[in-house]
Amino acid sequence: MDPCKLTISQLRTAYKAGELTPKDAVQSLAAAIEAKDGDLGGYLSHDLDSALAEAETADPSLPLGGVPIAIKDLINVKGQPCSCASKILAGKYTSPYDATVITRLREAGAIPFGRTNMDEFAMGSSNENSGIQPAKNPWDPTRIPGGSSGGSALVVAADTAIAALGSDTGGSIRQPASHCGCVGLKPTYGRVSRYGLVAFASSLDQIGPITKTVKDSALLLRAIAGHDRFDSTSVNQEVPNYLSGLTGDVKGLKIGLPKEYFAEGLDAGVRQAVEKAIAQLEAAGAETVEISLPHTEYALAVYYIIAPAEASANLARFDGVRYGHRAENPTDLLDHYRRSREEGFGDEVKRRIILGTYVLSSGYHDAYYVQAQKVRTRIREDFTEAFKKVDVIASPVCPTPAFKIGDRSDDPLQMYLADIYTLAANLSGVCGISVPCGLVNTEGTPLPVGLQLLGKAFGEGDILRAAHAYEQAVNWRDLIY
Amino acid sequence: MSDLNVRYVAELARLQLTEEEIEKYQSQLGQILDHMEKLQEVDVSGIQATAHANPVYDVMREDAVEPDRRLSQEEALSNAPQRSHDQFRVTKIVE
Repeated sequence: MDPCKLTISQLRTAYKAGELTPKDAVQSLAAAIEAKDGDLGGYLSHDLDSALAEAETADPSLPLGGVPIAIKDLINVKGQPCSCASKILAGKYTSPYDATVITRLREAGAIPFGRTNMDEFAMGSSNENSGIQPAKNPWDPTRIPGGSSGGSALVVAADTAIAALGSDTGGSIRQPASHCGCVGLKPTYGRVSRYGLVAFASSLDQIGPITKTVKDSALLLRAIAGHDRFDSTSVNQEVPNYLSGLTGDVKGLKIGLPKEYFAEGLDAGVRQAVEKAIAQLEAAGAETVEISLPHTEYALAVYYIIAPAEASANLARFDGVRYGHRAENPTDLLDHYRRSREEGFGDEVKRRIILGTYVLSSGYHDAYYVQAQKVRTRIREDFTEAFKKVDVIASPVCPTPAFKIGDRSDDPLQMYLADIYTLAANLSGVCGISVPCGLVNTEGTPLPVGLQLLGKAFGEGDILRAAHAYEQAVNWRDLIY
Repeated sequence: MSDLNVRYVAELARLQLTEEEIEKYQSQLGQILDHMEKLQEVDVSGIQATAHANPVYDVMREDAVEPDRRLSQEEALSNAPQRSHDQFRVTKIVE
């Protein structure tokens, strides 16, 4: 039995039956990384010795006992590097503490193993902005794995991980999960603590699981969710047992189809796959209704004001004083700051710092930033209205399957359009999941695409239940469009 | 509305951009800001700005040492680019 190919649930069953040990799993993953990851670029580092030591003492009776979990390289794990795929931190920073999600994973018995590649500071939709190494889609290595959690998605898809954690600020879990054929869940804002997550845009960021199945997603979410006094934005609300809701039954579930998400710009194959998946849910007893999210066309502009504004403030901490890159022989303090940051940050990060600093600067703050925050209120209201009528909203995750590496790198606005169906969930704070719904033949290559299911705030149970019922009803690898 | 001056904004952001970068960002961000003009057409009269997706206000805690998230001096200094006498060494700021 090859442990790398197993899901969390299957691995736990194998442990309990005595067929495998946590040490077997860690060693097999290390061998798979050695064999496959050099070409795919999913991992930035992995510490076999520490994982083996943890495997020795793992307790398989715990909910995630002895299960290795790959971690996006912007979540602090004590004693491990945390580079955010940036030259400003790579080789220059070792985490002195565990993020709360890591503490929770350890309490559940899991073993954090491997640091996954990403767009630098989570800024990007293709993983092409990694400051360390390129990342490739396992379905077609000439294509992007998606981003920014591209590494986390590709290692799960390539069976070089059992499951992974990512982070989602505008689609960074759901979009790469869709492109790689995995399940990716962005929890409700406040559901999961961000203590120990390197901040990109603090009013949008959430940590979430990328897994092979919906059941694994529920298992991992249950382990990491919940209030944390170290993150004042986390919400003190009970974490349900998501697993008990995975009944396969969606009878009576009301699914809204936002007409704005099925408009022009959507690839014909993606549309077909998503519409077929919705029909499948209808056949299983769900009801569908057309709804409207009238401010959808403004989400991209709102996001690309608010996220860079918050990023420009969050990234001010990279000043070459307490950690990270420091320029050689500065002439004075200003020169120290300016050259340390110029040398350490990559192209997209600088572009967003400039954009964010501009929209916050004197004379422009009200016209851009405050206006964007007000339109954000309109977008939230759209969702509040919609969720009075429906339990779940279904849509594509991304307008096209994974594009070719290099295709959009000279045109930032074109690149940003990859996020149009995912951004609004972050702006409104609701939860969302991407579940694979088939393969779209693209220039002769079958590429996975995802169905996005959005749920109301703290409605993770609804989207997990619907995604699970869909997953059980089909074999998505056989659905070719 | 937009009269972005990348050179000036880079000063504010403490970034020492190259001439090529200034030129590139000037043109790329100009296009992006043009796209953002469309926000001006939304009626937001009487609308409150949203600062957080799920507003939680006035979270208080005891003003006390938290033993389980305290770093030792050595841990706090462990990533310092330069240190001396158990402190962060910085570029001179006074003459």
